[in-house]
Amino acid sequence: MSDIHEDLARIVGKNWVSSQKEERYLYGRDPGLMPPHEPEYVVMPKTTEEVQEIVKLANREKVPVVPKGAGLSLTGLVIPQRGGILLDMKRMDKILEVNDKAGYVIVEGGTTHATLKSHLMKHYPHLRHSMPDSPPIATIVANAVIHGQGRLTQQHGFNSDMVSGLEVVLGTGELCRIGSCAVSQYWFSKGPPMPDLTGLFLGWFGTTGVITKLGMKLYPCKKIRDAMMFLTDRADLVPDIMRKLGRTEMMEDIVSSFAPLPLRLKGNFNILIIITGDSEEEVEFKRKMAWDTLWEYFESRDGGFLSVPPDMKPALLAMPSKDTTRFADTSKGGGFEYSGPITPIEKYPEFIAKLEELASKYKLFYASSARVIDGGHSMMFSFSYTFNRADPDSMVRVKTALDEAAEFALEQGGVIWKPNIDEQKMVMERMDPNTLKLMMKLKELLDPNGIMNPGNWEAK
Amino acid sequence: MQQYASQIHRCFRCGYCKFPTDYSSFNCPSYRRFRFDSYSTGGRLWLIYAWLKGEVEWSEHLADILYACTTCKNCTEQCPMKFAGDIVDWIVGARSDMVEKGKIPPRVARFFEAVHGYGNPLKLLRSDRDAWADGTKRYEPGDEYLFYVGCLGSYDENAQKMSKSLAELLNKAGVSFGILGSEEECCGNEIYMLGEMGLFQVLAEKNTQQFKELGVKKIVTLSPHAYNVMRNNYSAAGANFQVYHYTQLLSDLIKKNKIKLSQNKAKVTYQDPCFLGRYNKIYDEPRQILQSIPGIELIEMERNRQDAFCCGGGSGNFVMDLLAGSEDSPGRVRVREAYETGADTLAVACPSCLTIFTDAVKTEDLDEKLTVKGISQIVMESLSSK
Repeated sequence: MSDIHEDLARIVGKNWVSSQKEERYLYGRDPGLMPPHEPEYVVMPKTTEEVQEIVKLANREKVPVVPKGAGLSLTGLVIPQRGGILLDMKRMDKILEVNDKAGYVIVEGGTTHATLKSHLMKHYPHLRHSMPDSPPIATIVANAVIHGQGRLTQQHGFNSDMVSGLEVVLGTGELCRIGSCAVSQYWFSKGPPMPDLTGLFLGWFGTTGVITKLGMKLYPCKKIRDAMMFLTDRADLVPDIMRKLGRTEMMEDIVSSFAPLPLRLKGNFNILIIITGDSEEEVEFKRKMAWDTLWEYFESRDGGFLSVPPDMKPALLAMPSKDTTRFADTSKGGGFEYSGPITPIEKYPEFIAKLEELASKYKLFYASSARVIDGGHSMMFSFSYTFNRADPDSMVRVKTALDEAAEFALEQGGVIWKPNIDEQKMVMERMDPNTLKLMMKLKELLDPNGIMNPGNWEAK
Repeated sequence: MQQYASQIHRCFRCGYCKFPTDYSSFNCPSYRRFRFDSYSTGGRLWLIYAWLKGEVEWSEHLADILYACTTCKNCTEQCPMKFAGDIVDWIVGARSDMVEKGKIPPRVARFFEAVHGYGNPLKLLRSDRDAWADGTKRYEPGDEYLFYVGCLGSYDENAQKMSKSLAELLNKAGVSFGILGSEEECCGNEIYMLGEMGLFQVLAEKNTQQFKELGVKKIVTLSPHAYNVMRNNYSAAGANFQVYHYTQLLSDLIKKNKIKLSQNKAKVTYQDPCFLGRYNKIYDEPRQILQSIPGIELIEMERNRQDAFCCGGGSGNFVMDLLAGSEDSPGRVRVREAYETGADTLAVACPSCLTIFTDAVKTEDLDEKLTVKGISQIVMESLSSK
């Protein structure tokens, strides 16, 4: 047993560290298509102090540290590119405080979205958070770190926009509080009226520090939720439809889906509209707003509302969405991956054309969903393709298609969401040189030994 | 099951299998205990696939991971994929491959040796199998029911109380039944789940043959494990008898007023056994029994019915105990949860749950506050003298 293993065992207890092949194998890969790299050690800390000790040890030994939530980005962001210590954060899973009056929650760095959802439903049924479509094991911190989206993103922006404070172990092992919690016992603001330092950690994929606590804004949980579905067969109309719906400021969520199955919906763009209310009157008013907003397309016979059968609604309203996960096994292959650029909504028709072109070129089963972000300032458009884990050729074809999709998205003026290390390089190549220089300076400042999730956001 | 190798790659490792329906906690017993992803269902399936592909060599650690699964079927209940119903078969299939290659953990090997040599996993003498029975009559052709007691009910000191109380209740209710005594053989449920298919076949055929020779038409089992395997896995051995779990029979006898109950003041919470609940969808009868006893207040644990948290005893772990040794061991987690309901009694319908929880309440220092009892024992204590 190595000295590092023994040191880690001393810090977290022997049951919570492994350097055995089985854990190294599993933590060296994710469900996506990036090549695996195994860590030497997998560690499960329980406290902030333990995380600090581990990071200090890693600095002494010059060993990489990769903090991990559930590893569901699909883009290999927590695959330890240079080995080292994999920090599985999921034992730090406490909900530390719900501030009902100010509307925020403080969670530990490995708390899952599912845990928070369950806690709120049980103890604070009038409050909710922005639940992503990813599986329930996705952690709140990791989702914020990748600028994830959720069911409230249409109304309130990226889930990272809803962060209201951080506790971070820097790459040096120092502990730092970010936001109002740096000067107050309250976690109501991530920065304002002070400088917003959360930007030093959100979007950096763990290359600048380990987030051990996070404050997240909570929102009213309306008593009634309903799903509406608007169909059109014209991609060119989808941007206007989504924008107009967003500008009503009445819709919880707006997502346009496109896939060749089920056959009855083939060729149509299915725009899911979620509305909420505390009374039937409120819901009916919002339903009417959606109808009125889209009436012109009905009159021009370019679209119409689909009557959503009651047995279909639970799946549409489910949080998290099991259907999103089921897509992986559409072809009985257990795999899917997507490139999800953030882009202006107006690019929707071009992206749809590219989605189909790549599917045809590489013989892939596809789907796309585009979620309106923050009332319509942008959208997340997913190029989603399935692959078969038992068929390496299908995996190569999907990876090649996604690389092309990423190039295309950048050419179209989009920015790649949760980019893998290859896509990060594409982004950095196009980045304003001084911006890139600033990024690298900040990274070096926060992680002088270059031990934090190395390989990610590296300019060299 | 033989098809598992061509299907197992289909797991996406989404992690739904770790949770109950409301996501309130982790509901996979081995993941709850060890917390490394390798001990979750998805991690386990990926490791099996890696082993099949030659990316991971067999090791004792790999085998421990595989055998730490209690086959509680929470994963089947929660997995969103179409193959959800096949997951346990895949795990059993991989275990079967390991058995065929002779690559199993020592504790599992000892379990097989004991069942093969002694007819029970506890390595106790066959002649002592009916030591609990105290005059309970042997099954004779013409008896309506064969009372199949099972290994724990026959040998374990605590589980014997369940057996005794059930035998007494059946006698009092005038049910025509008998036991096999020292002629009883292990049911094979754990042997099947642990992947020893050769030994399982021997046990299934031997039991079926014996039942046929005695003219058995109806079997009532103490253990949900025996109920499950005889009901669902004996058909290939030519079984053609009806199988009941004792809670089904007791519920019926109470409804028909053949068992009369009097006041028994207690706050009771109930543990759904995996092999009764998730495997065979029997959730109501045990509750109906408890609710029919005057004075008993039934308080549900937060995780119940299809979301019940396994005691950790399945797949032979009531003997091998691969999940023991921690405050995160499923039995200890569950008795804390039971105590938190405010109940003074944890009612069980399974002798495995009984043995695991009886140990757990002692370890958790709850033995003065929470009593673990079989439903048959509770009914026995509630019998009306009239």
